[in-house]
Amino acid sequence: MSKHTISILVNDQPGVMQRVSGLFGRRGFNIESITVGSSEEPGLSRMVIVTTGDDRTLEQIQKQLYKLIDVIKVVDVSSNPMVARELGLIKVSAEPAARPEILGIVETFRAAVVDIGPSTLIVQVVGDTEKIDAMVELLKPYGIRELSRTGVTAMARGSR
Amino acid sequence: MSAQSATLKSKEELIEKWSKPEVISGSEMLLRSLLLEGVDCVFGYPGGAVLYIYDAMYGFTDFNHLLTRHEQGAIHAADGYARSTGKVGVCIATSGPGATNVVTGIATAYMDSVPLVVITGNVATHLIGTDAFQEADIVGITMPITKHSYLVRDAADLPRIIHEAFHIANTGRKGPVLIDIPKDVSAQKALFQPVKEVNLRGYHPTVQPNRGQVDKMIRAIEQAERPLLLVGGGAIYSGAHEELFEFVTKTEIPITTTLLGLGAFPSGHDLHIGMPGMHGTYTANNAIQNADLLINIGARFDDRVTGKLSGFAPKAKVVHIDIDPAEIGKNVTTEIPIVGDVKAVLGIANTLAKRADKADDWRSLLRDWKASKPFKYIDSEAELKPQWVVQMIHETTNGDAIVTTDVGQHQMWAAQYYPFKRPRSWVTSGGLGTMGFGFPSAIGAQMGNPGRTVVSINGDGGMQMCAQELAICAINNIPVKVAILNNQVLGMVRQWQELIHENRFSHIDLAGSPDFVKLAEAYGVRGFRASNKEEARQAWEEALRHPGPAVVEFVVRRDENVYPMVTQGSTIDQMIMGDSE
Repeated sequence: MSKHTISILVNDQPGVMQRVSGLFGRRGFNIESITVGSSEEPGLSRMVIVTTGDDRTLEQIQKQLYKLIDVIKVVDVSSNPMVARELGLIKVSAEPAARPEILGIVETFRAAVVDIGPSTLIVQVVGDTEKIDAMVELLKPYGIRELSRTGVTAMARGSR
Repeated sequence: MSAQSATLKSKEELIEKWSKPEVISGSEMLLRSLLLEGVDCVFGYPGGAVLYIYDAMYGFTDFNHLLTRHEQGAIHAADGYARSTGKVGVCIATSGPGATNVVTGIATAYMDSVPLVVITGNVATHLIGTDAFQEADIVGITMPITKHSYLVRDAADLPRIIHEAFHIANTGRKGPVLIDIPKDVSAQKALFQPVKEVNLRGYHPTVQPNRGQVDKMIRAIEQAERPLLLVGGGAIYSGAHEELFEFVTKTEIPITTTLLGLGAFPSGHDLHIGMPGMHGTYTANNAIQNADLLINIGARFDDRVTGKLSGFAPKAKVVHIDIDPAEIGKNVTTEIPIVGDVKAVLGIANTLAKRADKADDWRSLLRDWKASKPFKYIDSEAELKPQWVVQMIHETTNGDAIVTTDVGQHQMWAAQYYPFKRPRSWVTSGGLGTMGFGFPSAIGAQMGNPGRTVVSINGDGGMQMCAQELAICAINNIPVKVAILNNQVLGMVRQWQELIHENRFSHIDLAGSPDFVKLAEAYGVRGFRASNKEEARQAWEEALRHPGPAVVEFVVRRDENVYPMVTQGSTIDQMIMGDSE
């Protein structure tokens, strides 16, 4: 079992998300995260799905995806060097006394504070999944009120 | 048949006729587009959301419309039409309950790769999502059981969508396509122009195989000492029976055909060793388990064929020819995958194939098995045996009928005791195993094949799941011959309860079934009943001679089991031979 990041180019049609996610659900493929947005070409969207499975499962996922008429291209971007990023918003308890410490962590992670409330801060962190996991761990002692993550989007490095 | 009165024009004539752009309603576009696809028969049921479509059909005679008595009957009829003709079957249902009533039929067609275009009405666009009267999200409901689906939002898209739907349904790995048309779209007027091309970026089925892979298969055949062909429905769907015959003639490799592959190759041929799997022949199952080369041609290694997967074909190098790459390696590890259309693959293979010279001992071994272990049953003069009835039906139709079945014991007996000579003569729900399929699918098969004898073999259980379609046989004089093997019990369930659940017979007694003769007569269909061989033959021959539809109820032995049988979890050579010992 290993983790794979699959990039899927699809027609920007109503229901296409349902077709893709439904296929994963019906065939028992796991979805760790799923993101979708526009692509470089008008009319096409790009979905990025992080999944786990052995080679045989991954092969089935790709073949089954290709059977969907609205799926144009499927690439296992994690099979080669890639850039994978997600964004996390973390609302952390931050009484004035605790703020300098938190700001120190934020700075070290090259994250940003995007909102300051009377007793909370919203920290925005961008990076690979591990970086966001680490940030969350470090902020836990201060009290995380709310956590929202986008899921991974990814791209192969170089001209591939 | 009075319903066979449509006057078909060629596609070119129609394109010519409609070449001038014209503003017409979505419903008229639908009818024109269906005609452009060569549709000659549609099965349907009207309702509120398809009123405009049915209004456009008022007085319309360019194709037949058969009004079934249940949407499930309509879609199974369309399925029988498609399987027996190779053309796309078409059915129409209204929104909500009309649409949900075709779900079983869509799943049936999807599992067996049958090309259907299913047209459903929906509530008007502005009402979608409001839980309006008779609203159902049929596109969402059927997403996992359709090859593709459309919700039409603009009538101007209809000609393109319908053309695409027929293309998708009947190319590549075939399957059902659903077109959901909201009521306002069927009323909307827009410019109609016939669509001639299909432009689908995400859909390019591989027809021509990789030549190197075919070469590998040929080399594997040359080296094989115990080669075997496992042939499925794909060989029939691609129209490859002639290429297959040539391939077998050239290589002299023994061949087994799956339930859906029956008819792809003449059953009486010396090299044909029958059907494999749960109720297959001793020879086919043992051949698979001992083969050193297994060439799968258009079959999908279904669990009813493989038995316990980890012990399936343990000695074989596997070649798999399939138009759907996702089937290759899905269940069985495959050494030589060949993605392509069976007809194209065998066409190339036939230019290279030579006799498998090392397989002489193997051929004679299988010949011995075949001679010593045929399907067998203990016949009786006191009681009518269902196997005997099927053999009698085979004999009296010269093995030339189109046979449709329902699901269960009678289905297996029909597969075992009605050897088919040619393709598209066997219509059965293999993958989904749909009760209620047998009889309506025969109506569709008869509509598509007016000149042939169509026999529908059913159990007393399944016959009651779609018996209402006797009405359309009577009204349209569709001369389907219905055989009901009445054992007064859900036979296959009874068999499993006897053999696997220690005789704990739970809820299988079908006491209270109607008098099937009277039921037939209530609809205006000739009915017969037979309880012994003499009556059976007499009634059946009379039914065959009768120019219209007929129902013959054969009262058969209740506790008969289908043998051989491979129980779940066993490898396919662990067969319970039962009476066939």
